[in-house]
Amino acid sequence: MIVLRGRKVVGGRAEGEALVTSMTVPGWGGVNPIKGVITETRHDLRGVSFAGKVLVFRGAKGSSGWSAMYHTTRLAGTAPVALVFNEMTTKVALGAVVMRVPSVTDFDQDPLSVIETGDWVVVDGDCGLVEVRKNGRGGRL
Amino acid sequence: MLTLTDDEKAMLDGRHGKARQKAMDLLVRYAEALGAERFVDTQNVAGVPGSANAFLQNYYKDKSGPGGDAIFSFFDLDADELVESPNAVVHTCHLQGGADPLHWQTLGVSAEIVRGHEARESFAVSKGVEILKTCTPYLAGNVPAFGEHLAWMESSAVIYANSVLGARTNTEGRESTSAAMLTGKIPDWGLHRDEPRRGTHRVDVRVPIGSVIDWGMLGYFTGDVVQEHIPVLTGALQPPDIVRLKHFGAAASSSGGVEMYHLAGITPEAPDVDTAFGGNVPVEVFEYGAAQRRQVYDALNANASDPAVDFVMLGCPHAALEQLREAAALLDGRKIGGNTRLWIFTSRAVRTEADAAGYTAAITAAGGVVMTDTCSAFAQAVPQGAKVAALDSAKQAHYLPAILGLQAWFGTTRDCIEAAITGRWNGACPS
Repeated sequence: MIVLRGRKVVGGRAEGEALVTSMTVPGWGGVNPIKGVITETRHDLRGVSFAGKVLVFRGAKGSSGWSAMYHTTRLAGTAPVALVFNEMTTKVALGAVVMRVPSVTDFDQDPLSVIETGDWVVVDGDCGLVEVRKNGRGGRL
Repeated sequence: MLTLTDDEKAMLDGRHGKARQKAMDLLVRYAEALGAERFVDTQNVAGVPGSANAFLQNYYKDKSGPGGDAIFSFFDLDADELVESPNAVVHTCHLQGGADPLHWQTLGVSAEIVRGHEARESFAVSKGVEILKTCTPYLAGNVPAFGEHLAWMESSAVIYANSVLGARTNTEGRESTSAAMLTGKIPDWGLHRDEPRRGTHRVDVRVPIGSVIDWGMLGYFTGDVVQEHIPVLTGALQPPDIVRLKHFGAAASSSGGVEMYHLAGITPEAPDVDTAFGGNVPVEVFEYGAAQRRQVYDALNANASDPAVDFVMLGCPHAALEQLREAAALLDGRKIGGNTRLWIFTSRAVRTEADAAGYTAAITAAGGVVMTDTCSAFAQAVPQGAKVAALDSAKQAHYLPAILGLQAWFGTTRDCIEAAITGRWNGACPS
């Protein structure tokens, strides 16, 4: 098990399978919040669902509708269960707040080089800790 | 560690009513998420308070009551109970909306949806919100002063306010602007402060940048390479006008997350390259030459293969008066093709000016439609059966194929108007 130490963005604890992209994640115009999928042309997660996943990503980009789109995923039941990201912006901060999912940033090591899609990840927002199990699901830690 | 002033504590404690308490609570959660240490006062908010697309209208149907408006309480303020909102305490304008109030049938929007937008607009009016209904508030009556702190949404307006006007705002969101409207507060973080406004990356421009399409493509390149950082552009830049700056910024904030840029020797916080960087050493220098220009052009046209254009959309961001004049002049005495549709989007304010100048009549006589409030990407509306669009905006070319799945050609306004008339795409990469 690998432990990454970061800073609380939104408190709470959640776990799930990681969905990782080294790209910035689009908001309005690049995501379908009702379906919970990225739709942006030329995005490496295009067509992939983030619902129920621990989304591990570089940061947010694009429209100021970012928070409203991910807020809508909470209403539609398609939100990720937690956010793990590197680059703080107003878009991702507000989005994490209104999604109300445990979120951590400012890590002691780069989550994008440690976590791979399919890893099982536990996010403790209050303590700013992210635990990574490399063998996929395999039950609780 | 976030520190609150006495008036902020009073709002958070509920001494100014429940709605302001919820607004302050949201702003505190947001400031803590950012790692901000304090708030800054703002007197200028641009957002979409209380607005709702079909999903939100349906989701919150029948949930409003005497205790307050459901959409504003639950969605805008992210509250868990209904709250009766007081009027906006600071100057607040409404950005773009969901449908043209006159041409909604052309847009293909149902009467029910339009009535819903009208009801949401009435709510905003009742709270003292100014209904500009545009992504270009700076062309429609809200022109911030140099150094003014704002809480603005709309990435293309944010980048314009910061870079061209020297006002200070981060890219705010729906919820933070609605909360700012009731509190006059926004986290003092990011572009409200001096240091984060300084350049971090340099774009060295090696080909002459003069026309609107030149600026749009350069913006698209810049956003793609610097992402959310602060580029300083140097090199072969001819002094741009409002339209060029509008297209540059809209493109840079679509392909990346650029919220501020410096044009060395042109924009107000960049009298020269050294001042623009403010002591920062450029993290990376990107060259924009003929090869990069070609790559941008190809990327913006990557979704198109069929030259039979059936839809031309102009006005992203909303057309300035001079763009409507240009369209009217290009269309003068001609008719658009029987199988093509031409829609041009602008603000209500600029449309009024275009009406007075005769531009709207000239465009209409040629078979085009001048619409307000929204755009194809925002309203998710194109003419029925449209398969191949022509666009003069890199931002719209970025979004429209992703949102509606149609092919999109990108070129000059002239290329687009010619396509509207002939029904054929005949554009070429500028050289």
